[in-house]
Amino acid sequence: MSLAEDRTIDRSKLTVSDEVAVQIVNMNKWYGEFHVLRDINLTVNRGERIVIAGPSGSGKSTMIRCINRLEEHQKGKIIVDGTELTSDLKNIDKIRSEVGMCFQHFNLFPHLTILENCTLAPMWVRKTPKREAEEIAMHFLEKVKIPEQADKYPGMLSGGQQQRVAIARSLCMKPRIMLFDEPTSALDPEMIKEVLDTMIELAEEGMTMLCVTHEMGFARQVANRVIFMDQGQIVEQNEPEEFFNNPKSDRTKLFLSQILGH
Amino acid sequence: MVKQNSTIAYVRSEILEQQPAPRGQVGASKWVRENLFSGWFNTILTLVSLYLVFTLLQALVPWAFGGVWTADSLQECRAILNERYGNTHHACWAVINERWNQIVYGTFFPSTEYWRTHVAFVLLILAILPVLFDALPRKMMWITMAYPFVMVWLIWGGSLWGPISVAVGFGIAYFTASVAARYLGSGLTALVSAVAAFVWWMILGPIVVSALNDTMPLLALREIQSRELGGFVISVIIGVSGIALSLPLGIILALGRQSDLPLVKMICVGFIEFLRGVPLITLLFTASLLLNYFLPPDTEFDLTLRVIVMVTLFSSAYMAEVIRGGLAALPKGQYEAADALGLDYWKAQRLIIMPQALKISIPGIVNTFIGLFKDTTLVFFIGIFDMLAAAQAIRANSAWNGITWELYIFIGLIFWVCCFSMSRYSQWLERKLRTDHR
Repeated sequence: MSLAEDRTIDRSKLTVSDEVAVQIVNMNKWYGEFHVLRDINLTVNRGERIVIAGPSGSGKSTMIRCINRLEEHQKGKIIVDGTELTSDLKNIDKIRSEVGMCFQHFNLFPHLTILENCTLAPMWVRKTPKREAEEIAMHFLEKVKIPEQADKYPGMLSGGQQQRVAIARSLCMKPRIMLFDEPTSALDPEMIKEVLDTMIELAEEGMTMLCVTHEMGFARQVANRVIFMDQGQIVEQNEPEEFFNNPKSDRTKLFLSQILGH
Repeated sequence: MVKQNSTIAYVRSEILEQQPAPRGQVGASKWVRENLFSGWFNTILTLVSLYLVFTLLQALVPWAFGGVWTADSLQECRAILNERYGNTHHACWAVINERWNQIVYGTFFPSTEYWRTHVAFVLLILAILPVLFDALPRKMMWITMAYPFVMVWLIWGGSLWGPISVAVGFGIAYFTASVAARYLGSGLTALVSAVAAFVWWMILGPIVVSALNDTMPLLALREIQSRELGGFVISVIIGVSGIALSLPLGIILALGRQSDLPLVKMICVGFIEFLRGVPLITLLFTASLLLNYFLPPDTEFDLTLRVIVMVTLFSSAYMAEVIRGGLAALPKGQYEAADALGLDYWKAQRLIIMPQALKISIPGIVNTFIGLFKDTTLVFFIGIFDMLAAAQAIRANSAWNGITWELYIFIGLIFWVCCFSMSRYSQWLERKLRTDHR
């Protein structure tokens, strides 16, 4: 797939702890009358890299958006870092500042420079002094390899660069969990690799990641668990080797044959 | 170069350099050819238009620039014109020269106090500049913040204690809010600070002010009643106050209209729809005539203040809708990104949403500002002596009976200069705030 050969990952570095990062218990969600998420049960340990796959409309984005309450669930429990998500605004803002998120369309703030995009949340949510926030921002911009763009505006950057800034922006809040909602789906093929490389690096550092993506190469290489969703339910989950080589359910087999078939 | 033959294979061995565009395809000559002489029909139209513009200017330029600038009456002016040209086909600008004070300050403003409006005007410019241009030192914002109080003191006179007391009320509100915010939520904080300010303004403030005025009046100026104000001065007072107040009020209304709280939403929608649905002149008549019936008999609620309130409320309803348009144009992702970073509602609004929504709304906002400023002429109908009323009075006077064009052209020109400056500023601001591809 589009993952380049030269960037290989040392899987021995990837460790999963016993500590629970996210726990979802019997979670259900409806859009009006439509039952989008049905009885989702998922426990994510710290250090896990989970890739969520599935056809469009299967509820995979909705599920990870529930974890930082961009979507509200109606039944069941979501516990993030020991805090249960309720309608209490203080809890929500606390969880949101611990959970980073990258979107399909980057959602950088176009009226702010790259640096300002990265310093905004640390300064206003964490009350970090400006100079310190800028140092943190430059550190992470260097990490995603675009420190030289710090004073430009998002509109002047390529898609891949914008997505890397979005990752850096999330990292500036020092999150313990990262959510990725189809981070490469809006990118030109040439730019997918640079974003995936950044994500691989993050995985190597032990970040807990939940990633909705169609990059099966990435899933095979980085994930320790692949989850397949269809019609709002978790249909199958397994280790990547087993998932790709020996899928159990018919729905999964069909899906894999469709996306890997060409 | 690789020789091309019938096979499909082809490899480029060198990359072509950029070449200049062909002559006549760029610059002014291309523009003229494409826009003015692109065909026989366009060529005819261009020539006819040029001829029309020429004849118009031929009549207008001598009329305007050959006019008389000093005369005491229309008769005298015409006599001069007759003597100079043998006809009266030239402008009598002398009316503006001779009645300058009446047009600028209104009929009743005491001439010994004109200097106060001059000082207020200069300070106004100084107060507006730091708002318009962020390259200026931020310390100038102190002038902007103090200006409303100084302006009231300069125009209406009296002791400086009154305006200071009003300012102190704001200070109390701010202080209370910063203390209360430590213990209370944002809603209760706002309520508590508003109550504290009102207690000062309504009960404590007036007592303190009258005591201070009796013992040591501070820089007391001669008092000027609202009905003595007029001319360009009153237009600027109402226009600038309305503009300065309607933007924040419009933002609040626009946010309120999108609120999840049904009561807030209902109040805002009702307010906006009511004020947009009523002609401004009706509101002004209400302000000048009816409001007195509803207020307690002894309350003195200044007429100018009432007009400013009405004009502000009226424009803020339009402003709210303009800003709502800007809010609607923002992609949902911006709200989500702000949420995902843990920013609360007010911080997200202030740092992410409003800067972008207001930027999108600049043309509409300035449109509303321009409309508001021109609508200040409507105060003529409730007996405020603005420039149009001055023109009416001048025309009724035996010395200038019969003059029309010069007066109204001049007044129109004043409004045009103000509105055109606003328009140019907004275009400049839009260019400055463009952050994509520069």
